[in-house]
Amino acid sequence: MTNAWTDIKNTDLVVIMGGNAAEAHPCGFKWVTEAKANRGAKLIVVDPRYTRSASVSDYYAPIRQGSDIAFLMGVINYCIQNDKVQWDYVKAFTNAAYVVKDGFAYKDGLFTGYDETKRDYDRSSWDYVIGEDGYAVVDDTLQNPRCVWNLLKEHVSVYTPEMVNRICGTPKDKFLKVCEMVAECSSKTKTMTSMYALGWTQHSKGAQNIRGMAMLQLILGNIGVRGGGMNALRGHSNIQGLTDLGLMSNLIPGYLNIPTEKEKDFATYMSTRGFKPLRPNQMSYWQNYKKFFVSFQKAMWGKAATLENDWSYSWLPKLDVPSYDILRAFEMMKNGQMNLYFCQGFNPLQAVPNKAKLAEALGKLKLLVIMDPLETETARFWENHGVYNPADPSAIKTEVLQLPTTCFAEDEGSLVNSGRWLQWHWPGGSPPGEAKTDSAIMAGVFLRLRDLYAKEGGAFPDPIVNLDWRYADPKEPKAEELAKEMNGYVISDVMDPADPTKKVLEAGKQLASFGLLRDDGTTASGCWIFTGCFTEAGNMMARRDNSDPDDTGMYLKWSFAWPANRRILYNRASCDIDGKPWDPSRKLIEWDGAKWAGYDVPDIAPTAKPHDVGPFIMNPEGVSRLFTRGMMRDGPFPAHYEPFESPVVNVVAPKIKGNPVARVFKDDLSQFAETASPEFPYAATSYRLTEHFHYWTKNNHVNAVLQPESFVELSEELAKEKSITNGGWVRVWSKRGSLYAKAMVTKRIRPLTCDGKTIHVVGIPIHWGFIGAARKGFPANVLTPFVGDANIETPEFKAFLVNLEASSGPATS
Amino acid sequence: MNMELSRRAFLRTAGAGLAGTTLGAMGFGAVEEAMAAAIRPFKLANTTETRNTCTYCSVACGIILYSKGDLRKGERAEITHVEGDSDHPTNRGTLCPKGAALLDIIHSKSRLQFPMLRKAGSDRFERVSWDEALDKIARAMKDDRDANFIATNKDGVTVNRWTTTGFLAASATTNETAWCTYKVVRSMGIVAFDNQARV
Amino acid sequence: MFPPIPNPSVDPAAAKARFSDADLIRRSASEITPPAQRLTEVAKLIDVTKCIGCKACQSACLEWNNLHEEIGISDGTYTNPPDLTENSFTLMRFTEWVNPETENLEWLIRKDGCMHCEDPGCLKACPSPGAIVQYSNGIVDFIHENCIGCGYCIKGCPFNIPRVSKADHRAYKCTLCSDRIAVGQGPACQKACPTQAIVFGTKEEMKGWADFRIKDLKSRGYANAGLYDPPGVSGTHVMYVLHHADKPSIYAGLPDHPRISPIVETWKGVTKYVGLAAMGFAVAAGFIHHLIAGPNRVSPEDEANAERLTGVAPSGSTPSDGHEAGRTT
Repeated sequence: MTNAWTDIKNTDLVVIMGGNAAEAHPCGFKWVTEAKANRGAKLIVVDPRYTRSASVSDYYAPIRQGSDIAFLMGVINYCIQNDKVQWDYVKAFTNAAYVVKDGFAYKDGLFTGYDETKRDYDRSSWDYVIGEDGYAVVDDTLQNPRCVWNLLKEHVSVYTPEMVNRICGTPKDKFLKVCEMVAECSSKTKTMTSMYALGWTQHSKGAQNIRGMAMLQLILGNIGVRGGGMNALRGHSNIQGLTDLGLMSNLIPGYLNIPTEKEKDFATYMSTRGFKPLRPNQMSYWQNYKKFFVSFQKAMWGKAATLENDWSYSWLPKLDVPSYDILRAFEMMKNGQMNLYFCQGFNPLQAVPNKAKLAEALGKLKLLVIMDPLETETARFWENHGVYNPADPSAIKTEVLQLPTTCFAEDEGSLVNSGRWLQWHWPGGSPPGEAKTDSAIMAGVFLRLRDLYAKEGGAFPDPIVNLDWRYADPKEPKAEELAKEMNGYVISDVMDPADPTKKVLEAGKQLASFGLLRDDGTTASGCWIFTGCFTEAGNMMARRDNSDPDDTGMYLKWSFAWPANRRILYNRASCDIDGKPWDPSRKLIEWDGAKWAGYDVPDIAPTAKPHDVGPFIMNPEGVSRLFTRGMMRDGPFPAHYEPFESPVVNVVAPKIKGNPVARVFKDDLSQFAETASPEFPYAATSYRLTEHFHYWTKNNHVNAVLQPESFVELSEELAKEKSITNGGWVRVWSKRGSLYAKAMVTKRIRPLTCDGKTIHVVGIPIHWGFIGAARKGFPANVLTPFVGDANIETPEFKAFLVNLEASSGPATS
Repeated sequence: MNMELSRRAFLRTAGAGLAGTTLGAMGFGAVEEAMAAAIRPFKLANTTETRNTCTYCSVACGIILYSKGDLRKGERAEITHVEGDSDHPTNRGTLCPKGAALLDIIHSKSRLQFPMLRKAGSDRFERVSWDEALDKIARAMKDDRDANFIATNKDGVTVNRWTTTGFLAASATTNETAWCTYKVVRSMGIVAFDNQARV
Repeated sequence: MFPPIPNPSVDPAAAKARFSDADLIRRSASEITPPAQRLTEVAKLIDVTKCIGCKACQSACLEWNNLHEEIGISDGTYTNPPDLTENSFTLMRFTEWVNPETENLEWLIRKDGCMHCEDPGCLKACPSPGAIVQYSNGIVDFIHENCIGCGYCIKGCPFNIPRVSKADHRAYKCTLCSDRIAVGQGPACQKACPTQAIVFGTKEEMKGWADFRIKDLKSRGYANAGLYDPPGVSGTHVMYVLHHADKPSIYAGLPDHPRISPIVETWKGVTKYVGLAAMGFAVAAGFIHHLIAGPNRVSPEDEANAERLTGVAPSGSTPSDGHEAGRTT
């Protein structure tokens, strides 16, 4: 989230599209009901189903899953055509005026530079014209036909209300009503907030769905302001933290990157990370990249990371492919290229697409290690559960170690919420049996491996034997010790260059902010964006002062928010070019003539003059991007692509199937249904229910009572056509698998008409499996396709094709 | 920081803003020594309170764990009730149907108690000791890493990666656990490293 | 935001109940002298228009009251379990309703449970002394050790709320978390409710809060938004805000004009049993209870005599059996 849960109360319009906040985040949704009750705010829900969120909405519009980009580009087109643009914001704070290289173009669904065999673009033309002064060329009059604004105008012009109706199935009057309500928020004193979640991410073009709304929010002037923002409602309690800390194949904590093979040495790695400003005076904060990187290396390898060995740069692995994400890992496993696999609190047999492929893959491992507080299907993938998990244990040679871990109630530490608050918690109960903390298990594995390398030697032991592991009890590092290390500390005294008798930084002290990090090896920090969370003043994440001056919803003294305790990102953009709030009734910060101050920590240097320095300080431009240059693999503007399994041909680019640059493995391609396949005629989507959390709460008796058994949702029209009775059994199958579930026949799903064709939507909740208190059932991933988003490989769980029939239910033995 | 300190901090700084309804002072009859027969004794009396955060979604609702026994005094503690924290800015004491039933996940019948091993071709798990389990993991990792570690690629560039062992990290563990995990996994050169951000 | 009630105290001194038997204003099948001064009346307000049907109230109720409900099946609705039980004191009932004026679908979700009537039909129907009591703050509570399991409370209830346990043959329903109210807390369902669709306070405060909500609803075009505090039972201590207060029955059969059957109102002594039979009460339940649990105050003879009288359906009340109401399937 750019903003905070508690800020949603400040909005005038909530758009829930690509999510279902009432269902998945009920206690955060409270702030929507507060905005409605106290500000007269309106709620719009755009979804294939009339959801729990829709049940309390002011306006609901249906949409076919996988067509969000067409809808969003349609809204942008409406705003441009009807002059509903926050012009002062767009001109000053976006790259609308930047002139784009002549080579860049878009035609027939493709941008310049496409290579079909590589399924990739040469993105070199997707960039600004750079002038003789070394800065990007801009045309503040927006007259240049090659400026971003005019290219955008042209790009979205195809998405007329009629075209939106053809692609999305949204009735034209409903689409226009949504446009009118949204367009009102182009006023300087009206804001809209976007609340989205996996309904946008789980597509082969998920990242572009989100960009589409981000662009709309910039055009309306709603980023950086109270009650505005792009608010990703993250799923698990610390998935934001795990992402911040870079537990991914290609990340280093704080959104730094693991090197690729092309970056053979540290100098080469840094050569593309200069982040020289693209306009005069801009902060381009990533210019400090080296300080963050070196401090990270020092946190990892302490004294062993030196200037002479390039801060142990070569001890990091280098990637030969963009990422070894979970889909690639299971592909490798299936191909016999993976021998050991660890699942720490993760149940991939349920959570990753195409269960049959996953089970086959797990059966090829030598050893599977499970660390979990609960029984999982993954730990028992080899166990025969009849139709729910057919398996022959004697034929499966994989050894499985299942290790009991503590749960949240028994451990100590911090979690990052959607609004980037790091909240510390304390243990309240004793663990069951012999359960251990995850840290103790990781330490146990590490210390043994380190001993083996010390004793036996072996493949490149340096990064293992030199890992900085100076904890009071090496067998179980304490949460506070780890938190202090993430925050960062001073390794050796730093003297003031002007006065060598004066210490700027004192060895052994905790760092107060990331502005103090250095690239000379005198500071260490595990995760630079967390710096400030555990300082000499103590554990800032443990703060529990809920005061909120003037009821702004900022709560600066409650826990700690990254970065720098800032509660709304880009908050300098809440003021006009002179530094005065766009809406004085919703002041956040302002320029007082000498400095920035207000209710939030300013997201700009406190003395940066408003006319000189742009609000988007991480970007070398200093402004936000309506055109993303070459930073996304599938285009600098979002374009409509159908899901890989679609009931209709792509109307705007008929030759293109799916996202043209999404990675598809060969075996999976043959497991996709044909476009508009008569064998698989129905548009399916999978989702969560409020009574359950993923695959955990089926282990909870109370939640199993509240939603005991798997079901699929379908319209009365489809039920009639297929002679399916409410509460009766159905069988649903895709090209990858088949499941049985009860039928929930409902008025909340209605057939859509897309380009003259009737599209039936089938809804499949995900929560069931063969373990737990709830009735045995099938998880949705029995059906879902094994393909991810083109940029970040999030699986396409939200749009695929199925067939279904009335059934007498699974045969039980 | 413990529960009592933090509560005092709240009252001192935030008092009137969240004063509550007039319920506390709304003229209940004088407190009777004789309890009404039907009114169950208040079950949180004499329990220990601990501030925690709900383990499910990223709203991160504040919760209070109520236990018999106090870990801070070195006692064994059994959690007997979980309720929303009224002092929390986001949830204001409320919880969703999952959060309101946290007690049953803490004490779920599916909680794992002991390290277990399923041998190749077996149809059951068998109990093992922690030392056996961790020794087995370390040995398997050492052997696999030594056999499959890629020090340089075909062009002679140092790449130091290990592709035949993978690690899926959790999404509900703390930052501190995540950092500890990161250090261990990265130091070994594992590249097939991912978490639950996508699903 | 309705200000949250502060966290409960764990101090045993603060855990003493603030009301007691001295505050009873009614006791089933008994004459009592009401206290000279009445406690401030409390109420729970359920704003159906803010409810997202998440079932946190059900979850919190089961946990706080240490109840163990059975794991059922999916029967094609979101209402789980399918009806109130001796363990499920509250239940979200889901209705898909197409508004004939706008032709828009509305998903009406109502939290069902005891209304804590000012004029409690269950208590008036109860033949067992002290099995049902009413405190002067408005809470109607069942004293299970006095319950004989006859089930007359169900027939006396205009809202069809109490349920008799198959295990111990006693009737159960929502207590309004009397143990929480007694220490200055709100009920568990109210505490949990994510959107504050449930709020709790004095009855006067709740009426004021309802007015605030109804104004907002009217501004959004719900011309008939209003408070459900039915006069037929002299008002209730659990009230609803409805978008369509002119049509309560669209909300899964919420009675339009609930009142206690005139027969229950007038009966005395043995006529009570006759009257109940006249209401069509299934005497079998009581008889079976007698066989299993031993004699109680309703003798088989009474039952047999009563059974001969033919049933007359109670007027004015519609038992809310309707989680399917409004569905077309």
